[in-house]
Amino acid sequence: MSFSIKKQGDIVVVDVEGQLIVGNRQELKQKVLDELERGEKKFLIDFSQTGYIDSSGLGVLVSLSKKIREQGGELRLANLNDDLKTLFELTKLDTLFQIADSRERALETF
Amino acid sequence: MRSVLTTDPDPPFSALRVRVELEIPSDVRCIERVVELVAQQCQYLEYNPRQIALNVPVALTEALSNAILRGNHEDPGKNVQVRAEVTREQLVVEVADEGDGFDLDECTLDPTVGEALMREDGRGLFLMRRLMDRIERFYNHRNIVRMTMRRHD
Repeated sequence: MSFSIKKQGDIVVVDVEGQLIVGNRQELKQKVLDELERGEKKFLIDFSQTGYIDSSGLGVLVSLSKKIREQGGELRLANLNDDLKTLFELTKLDTLFQIADSRERALETF
Repeated sequence: MRSVLTTDPDPPFSALRVRVELEIPSDVRCIERVVELVAQQCQYLEYNPRQIALNVPVALTEALSNAILRGNHEDPGKNVQVRAEVTREQLVVEVADEGDGFDLDECTLDPTVGEALMREDGRGLFLMRRLMDRIERFYNHRNIVRMTMRRHD
């Protein structure tokens, strides 16, 4: 499991490879917060290569969303598979995040 | 780790029963391997793909992280025991820690309403209850959480 970060224009794109769970959520949080501190405002997290997410992974996404908004930025999510969509629906987090079906669609809507 | 596949000489597939017993240190880095092992047994017994990819991994990760972080407080001198029994009917998995236990109902919050939606924590037990058919907690020398899930085709 790992996270890769690249820039596409003025958008920071994070790929979550593997799981986003209690053992690695802090790594994702720190990576995104480092970019936020550098002045980045637009963030897209792409889950096309993600297995599953636990409650602490969901919690980190909520926390990042708040911190990014407090800095006047935006966080969007893309490429949730059906199982991950179900997880967001169960927790009603689908109402909190802007979720796009593809990375391209998410990038267009910033 | 002990894994036992109970078979008759020529059993019908429906009679297969897989048991897994593990003891892991109080380290969250061990969670993924345990989850993978239990999910593999469910896959072998042809559980529904969603159960293998979502219900089992998420619920078991929650139970293990609760045991490691809240039960054992990541004490390297304490361990977590996992016992799983998988049949064509159901999965029963028990996670045992060395903590004092907790009240399942009191500790389960609804994270979907009001300000709880914006909280970073508080979704673990809720997800376990939504993703498994039954959750029980009891004490038998150790604090044990037992999760039961019926197999879906």
